[in-house]
Amino acid sequence: MLGIIEQMKEKMQRSEVYKSIFRHNYQDTQRNRALQIVDNVFLHLHPVRISRHATNIGFTWGMGGITFLLFIVLTVTGVILMFYYRPAAEYAYDDMKYLMNDVAFGPLMRNMHRWAAHAMVITVMLHMFRVFLTGSYKAPRQFNWVVGVLLLTLTFLLSFTGYLLPWDQLSIWAVTVGTNMARATPLLGHEGPFGPELGMRIDNDVRFVLLGGTQVGPPTLLRFYVLHCIFLPLVAGIFMIVHFWRVRKDGGISGPGESKSP
Amino acid sequence: MEHLLKIISKPDNIPIVFLLVLVVFYTWYGFKQAIANDRAGTPLEASMSDKVQVWPYLVRVEFLAALLVMVILTFWSFLLDAPLEEPANPALTPNPSKAPWYFLGLQEILVYFDPWIAGVLIPTLIIVGLCVIPYIDINPKGNGYYTFKERRFAVTTFCFGFIVLWVALIILGTFFRGPGWNLFVPWEEWDTHRVVALTNVDFSEFFFGVPTRLVDDSLNPLGMIIGSVTILLWYGLGVAYYFWKKGTEVIQKLGLVRYSIVAFLFLTMMSMTVKIVLRIGLNIKYILVTPWFNV
Repeated sequence: MLGIIEQMKEKMQRSEVYKSIFRHNYQDTQRNRALQIVDNVFLHLHPVRISRHATNIGFTWGMGGITFLLFIVLTVTGVILMFYYRPAAEYAYDDMKYLMNDVAFGPLMRNMHRWAAHAMVITVMLHMFRVFLTGSYKAPRQFNWVVGVLLLTLTFLLSFTGYLLPWDQLSIWAVTVGTNMARATPLLGHEGPFGPELGMRIDNDVRFVLLGGTQVGPPTLLRFYVLHCIFLPLVAGIFMIVHFWRVRKDGGISGPGESKSP
Repeated sequence: MEHLLKIISKPDNIPIVFLLVLVVFYTWYGFKQAIANDRAGTPLEASMSDKVQVWPYLVRVEFLAALLVMVILTFWSFLLDAPLEEPANPALTPNPSKAPWYFLGLQEILVYFDPWIAGVLIPTLIIVGLCVIPYIDINPKGNGYYTFKERRFAVTTFCFGFIVLWVALIILGTFFRGPGWNLFVPWEEWDTHRVVALTNVDFSEFFFGVPTRLVDDSLNPLGMIIGSVTILLWYGLGVAYYFWKKGTEVIQKLGLVRYSIVAFLFLTMMSMTVKIVLRIGLNIKYILVTPWFNV
């Protein structure tokens, strides 16, 4: 009996279909360990070999990777939530109630989205803290730190725009408080220095553009929804690509033993 | 005590508790490694610079970390529902109205500065300031390992900004700010009707007895002069330090332009601390009042 299974397995592994999918076998050899990374589109983000200190969680804290994982969790749960949510003031809150009470696994998806978002804000800050403490922004990685700062900002903006979408008291007032500052933008806000002199009014300044009105209302909901679901994730995605690519191009994760490049 | 539990157990405040624990832990852990490295002379990381294969040595760590995070996140999501309050009502303003927790530091700054400074200028300076760090910190040491001895100023300044001016202000905004944005002890019941007498005076009046406004309510030029001079003297500290330490290697290497940026950003950051202390400690509202802006 076992012999037949072995035979079938061997036959399968020699078939054209199998070989077209799996490029190498799974024997534990140096070569296969390398191919495992190089032949896999997702894993080949990594180099094949790496300094031992870079695998030490005490050194890296793993916060950058966890941030990326949370971004993926947020994308998946976010797409699921989009099936049940309409960004119009008359539907949004009812859709939330429906999601929380009647949709199978609805509360779980929403809770995961909410908590992963909060967690991501925390992990992205801790990642920055670690990178600072190990001086990893120093040459040749200066620019990647700048990309990281932009990603931090985008994380805040993603979280902030998402905060409005439940369309409950918590969300509109938090966003009201947060966007009120835009009134006071110098030159561009109607209460900012030199704003009125430049013709800024409550119905044409930068806050009006952001909110689509003079207060947080239905147009704001739609704007924040589009920013939250399309624009900001796309921008963040592009910066993430640059960020990860630069980690590799700048010589991988930082370490004490490297020569300083100009 | 009950009230403290009420604040902590608000679902959206749970992350702040996580943040607090994690920041304390990682600060301790980062400094522990830095001190160990400084004592040893050569960093621990240098003894681990031999190469290993990513498969399996890194991928397994990533896999376990991902597993752990997913387990925590799943449990968290099963145990605690995301908040959903009453439907949005633009006519009913809650008191206090708070921004999401990660912006509470900025909202707190609104107490001390005009909105355009607190809401626009300071966030911009934070982002720009963070971006220029790699270009103004030209100390080549401490690249890729934990150390404190080799980068005392950089590490202290960053920790001060992150822990005191960012995290502590978030804690202050969450636990100590109640209705009317008044200060409450965390275990104190929030009294919506509490009225706090505004006894704020301006800097010139407090220290020199020069009132900000004259009898006819116009601005007192003497007050403006005192305020301007104070601010000039504050930033003058940076100039004075430059001439005092001009001969040192650090300043020589840094150069005038980089030094100016460092001094400006550092003094601006510290001025926020000074302002908070002056306001909470001595009820001093503004250093300088002008017809166009107040600082």
